[in-house]
Amino acid sequence: MPQELPPLYPISLQHGLLLGAALFSIGIAGALTRRNAITILMSIEVMLNGTIVTFVTFARYAPTADLAGQIFSIFIMTVAAAEAAVGLAIVIAVYRLRHTVSVDAVDTLQG
Amino acid sequence: MNFNLVLLMPEIALTSAAGLAILVDAFSPRGLSRRFLLWIAGGGIAISAALALRLLGTNTSAFNGAIAVDDYAVFFKLLFLAATLLVLLAADTFMEETRHRAEFVGLLLLATTGLMLLAAAMDLITLYISIEISSLSIAFLSAWDKRGLRSTEAGLKYFLLSAMSSAVLLYGMALLYGLTGHTRLDLIATQIGQGPNAALFLALAMLLAGFGFKVSAVPFQMWTPDVYEGAPLPITAFLSVASKAAGFAATVRVLQIALPTSQTDWTVLVAALAAATMTVGNIVALVQTNMKRMLAYSSIAQAGYVLVGVAAASQLGVSAVMFYLLAYTATNLAAFIACIAIFNLTDSEQIGDLRGLRWRSPWLAFALAVSLLSLAGLPPFVGFFAKLYVFWAAADRGLLWLVLVGVVNSAVSLYYYAQVIHDMYITGIGGGEPGVGDPVTTLGPRRPSPGLSTALTLAVIGVLVFGVLSGFFFGIGDVAARTVAR
Repeated sequence: MPQELPPLYPISLQHGLLLGAALFSIGIAGALTRRNAITILMSIEVMLNGTIVTFVTFARYAPTADLAGQIFSIFIMTVAAAEAAVGLAIVIAVYRLRHTVSVDAVDTLQG
Repeated sequence: MNFNLVLLMPEIALTSAAGLAILVDAFSPRGLSRRFLLWIAGGGIAISAALALRLLGTNTSAFNGAIAVDDYAVFFKLLFLAATLLVLLAADTFMEETRHRAEFVGLLLLATTGLMLLAAAMDLITLYISIEISSLSIAFLSAWDKRGLRSTEAGLKYFLLSAMSSAVLLYGMALLYGLTGHTRLDLIATQIGQGPNAALFLALAMLLAGFGFKVSAVPFQMWTPDVYEGAPLPITAFLSVASKAAGFAATVRVLQIALPTSQTDWTVLVAALAAATMTVGNIVALVQTNMKRMLAYSSIAQAGYVLVGVAAASQLGVSAVMFYLLAYTATNLAAFIACIAIFNLTDSEQIGDLRGLRWRSPWLAFALAVSLLSLAGLPPFVGFFAKLYVFWAAADRGLLWLVLVGVVNSAVSLYYYAQVIHDMYITGIGGGEPGVGDPVTTLGPRRPSPGLSTALTLAVIGVLVFGVLSGFFFGIGDVAARTVAR
């Protein structure tokens, strides 16, 4: 019978925060450098996932026993789904008119 | 625990009106008429305002401290409801021409609901959800003309930048939660210690970046001119007053209630934002030739003046901010509604095409001139008193350099506002009476619709009355400010 082993590397507060910060940074770098509207949308989702990881990690180590951080992360996921629906709808409207989703090509308004 | 639904009735009434408009339209064979929709929306707004007025003086919180029901929130709720009513009235030509007008009205009411909740949010979760309710509705409304290149582009830009800024805001909230273990603003304040703290400063900067997008403060203002130019004009008017005022309402509440102990940190940050916002907004506005873009940069500059009041961080500062937002809402609505009427007549958005407007439409020229003079801050209009209170509050806290920047900026702004008035009143073609070939005299005979005229009249009356009775309205803001400022 395999017996349960103690974890080799217990996951600490720092691990969770680093993962969250890394995801957030990757997301923001993608959102600022990519030119495809759908890739930007995906990068924003990665940013949101970074904040979710941060919230859940803080909730695990919070001195207060409430679950506000975990509940917050559920709300973020729900809103992210709504956001994707709105965003893709607008991207489809843009694609129908211009046959491209590159934000560089969407430049009718100066500025 | 307090799950008293009565405290949430204004929002419930407005949401019901939005649902009613969309549902009844879906089940009626030929779609609802514009007049009928206006009655539903107007009824919803009136009921909501009456219910909000009944909550005046309650000063409690609902839903386990997630939503504040205080005079500060009620003040802003009434402001948003009034602004939405004027926007709906001004949108009647637009609604006549657009399809899906029930959804247009419904989304506008839902956006207002989100803004009302934003002004009342006492918990980071409520704050985030209400920002998203309003942002997603506004993104759809900006992209309303889905066969228009400019409108869809405005919608895409607003959506991408609002999603990115709310992700940054969320990370700031996550840091704040990690530092304190709470998401309620009043509990956060109890856990934050004195003294410098790098993580807290980062959280503060990220929160200000998120709110800075909503109020279009420099350097988060890139979307503003494009979205203002591309979105349908009634939506631009809504965006420039209600959405901006809600952003300020939430900023002030978070800074005053959750972060009073790190006031020295955020005063510096907000003052720097204010100086940059005023200066960039005014200087770029000088060179604009498109009326919508000029008003967009002017609204960025106006956000800078409000930030001066936020930086003042006192009860006087909060009441000055509230009075400024009241004044700005009336004034900017008057300017935008006058522009809607003028653009309906001329089909041109160029400032140069306003030449000789006083001969063609004296009333529209007068309304636009009054609102521009008020935006520039000339007495006896309300904009003058609003600026006076804001600068007074800042000087009271020793931010004299910021007051100086503000006063210089006001002088600069007078140039581009006066330029428009000069075009309307003094220049005809060849400097005299408008002759053949004058863009304004070659127009068709269309007159502003009744809804548009009513909205414009109400907004101009607001500019004049708020100006004459500025002490009285400042007093109202002062009483309401006591519920958040310390």
